[in-house]
Amino acid sequence: MSVAALLPIAVPLVAAGLSMALLGRLRAQRAIGIAASAATLTAAVWLLIGVHHGGPVTVVVGAWEAPIGISLVADRLSAVLLVVAEVMLAGVLAFAMGRRGDERSMRFFHPVYHVLAAGVAISFLTGDLFTLFVGFEVMLMASYVLLTHRADAARVRSTITYVVVGLVASVFFLVAIALTYAATGTVDLAELASRLDTVPSSVRSLLALTTLVVFGIKAAVFPLFFWLPDSYPAAPAPVTAIFAGLLTKVGVYAILRTRTLLFAEDGPSELLLVVAGATMVAGVLGAIAQDDIKRILSFHIVSQIGYMIMGIALFTAASLAATVFYVVHHIAVKTSLFLIGGLIEDVEGTGSLRRIGGLARSRPLLAALFLPAALSLAGLPPFSGFVAKLALVEAGVSAGSWAIVGVSVTVSLLTLVSMTKIWNGAFLGEPEGPPAVAERRKLPVLSTAAAAAVVAVGLAVAAVAGPLLDYAGDTAAGLGAAVVEEAP
Amino acid sequence: MSAPSLPIRRRSTALLVPPILVVAAYLLFAGHNRPGGGFVGGLVAGLALALAHASDGPGAVRRITRVAPTTLLGAGLVIAGIAGAGGWLGGGFLDGGAVELTLPVFGTVKAASATLFDTGVFAVVAGMVGLVLESLSGEETPS
Repeated sequence: MSVAALLPIAVPLVAAGLSMALLGRLRAQRAIGIAASAATLTAAVWLLIGVHHGGPVTVVVGAWEAPIGISLVADRLSAVLLVVAEVMLAGVLAFAMGRRGDERSMRFFHPVYHVLAAGVAISFLTGDLFTLFVGFEVMLMASYVLLTHRADAARVRSTITYVVVGLVASVFFLVAIALTYAATGTVDLAELASRLDTVPSSVRSLLALTTLVVFGIKAAVFPLFFWLPDSYPAAPAPVTAIFAGLLTKVGVYAILRTRTLLFAEDGPSELLLVVAGATMVAGVLGAIAQDDIKRILSFHIVSQIGYMIMGIALFTAASLAATVFYVVHHIAVKTSLFLIGGLIEDVEGTGSLRRIGGLARSRPLLAALFLPAALSLAGLPPFSGFVAKLALVEAGVSAGSWAIVGVSVTVSLLTLVSMTKIWNGAFLGEPEGPPAVAERRKLPVLSTAAAAAVVAVGLAVAAVAGPLLDYAGDTAAGLGAAVVEEAP
Repeated sequence: MSAPSLPIRRRSTALLVPPILVVAAYLLFAGHNRPGGGFVGGLVAGLALALAHASDGPGAVRRITRVAPTTLLGAGLVIAGIAGAGGWLGGGFLDGGAVELTLPVFGTVKAASATLFDTGVFAVVAGMVGLVLESLSGEETPS
């Protein structure tokens, strides 16, 4: 079992090395990418099955026992998120391989993409706070390269915000780790959970707040989300898709993990509830104001993060389960929407709603892919977004938090409005002015197939919603012993 | 950007680079029990690359490393990965092992798998410095 927990980290790193050494041999790099994706995905599924039957898996790296050594821990939460992440990583890799054009940028894309995959796996699997920092850094370094490699001036400009915010967050994170270590003498999460009880409550609050700010920046919650809608849309389509699907969700995972494991005693959080509501509203209002597909979708990431935070803030078993389900649903649906947005940009030459139109007639395939994903994001039945939002709203109602329930339902409607805007702008109607590209471009086959596969995964989340929700419930129950009982 | 007008600098660079690389190798092997290690050794080797690059201009890095910096970087990562995976034979991933060998001339030598890992780190760091030097000076990175 320990091998299965290590492979998702070790395989991408070795693949990155091989891919780097074989720079410029695109066929070899592709073969490495396919092999690495298959291996890590298999390992992740294996790990999920193992954890499901045998309980959490702990691996001590280098045979040094904690607290000296580094421990990797895979429980239900990390295992299920890892599987979803690996599926998305494989799908987006296939999408990237299928795109035609710039071969020169692809050769650096491959090794760096593997490093990103390793960083995501480290973040999900780590059992201590410092290794979480390392995972974040590995992920961030890779993302800096992916955003800026062969970039034009506009992209570099919009990436600067991202890099600066990333660096500031990293410094905060280091400070938080230093404070934690000074107060408790350990950074091992399991050890911390028991030792934090002996720490004065003021120090504890300080630690809770600093970690919340750090992960809040990564997760792009209100008011720390400003960097996201500016930097994501500028990147190439596959890069934006994987960032949108995974990176902010790693931040949400970290909030979920620390809230349930370290600060479970704090229970439901008014502050988080307000943050959640504000994040939803700010994100969706931003989205409505935008006119470019990728920018609209980027603002929606922010809005959706609010829902996940809402589940964490309510802090009941049901709401935490709903959050876990929401994260799984969101990763799949968001990635697929960005892939479709990327396809539209590839064939139409632009993502501006004013300059494209009538895609439902000219590109029925894209319309068929976009529609279920968009409706799922807006939370319409029978799609996974409906199940996720219903679970959250139910949890909110039974916790008696009517305000946040009202906000979440309203924001859901507004989400539908802005999805309708994309639909009306891109798929119906006529473009204003001449098209951005003169000739009619064909859809790249492999990329379209990859996007379709990711959409199918999103639909499958709805199909297995029942068992998955049960699983999420078990996951939430296993997160911390101190999860509060449902309010009367 | 070659500098034919500065023979003293070029000559001293040519004299300095080999000893710097020897120091780098020393640090790599000393690192097991004493100050040093793959990272420090790699940085010192990178120093040699930087010196050569500053003095002799484009192509200087390649003349020392013989292979593309990216190849060096990638190979280092693979070596480190293999050394780490070798730990599975013993206690677990990244676990180290060591054997004592008695060689002629050298006497008793302790060969640790950690040295292999450090060699990988060395290559990664040196390759990284080389890559940065070439990228910043706008040299193409041929495959």
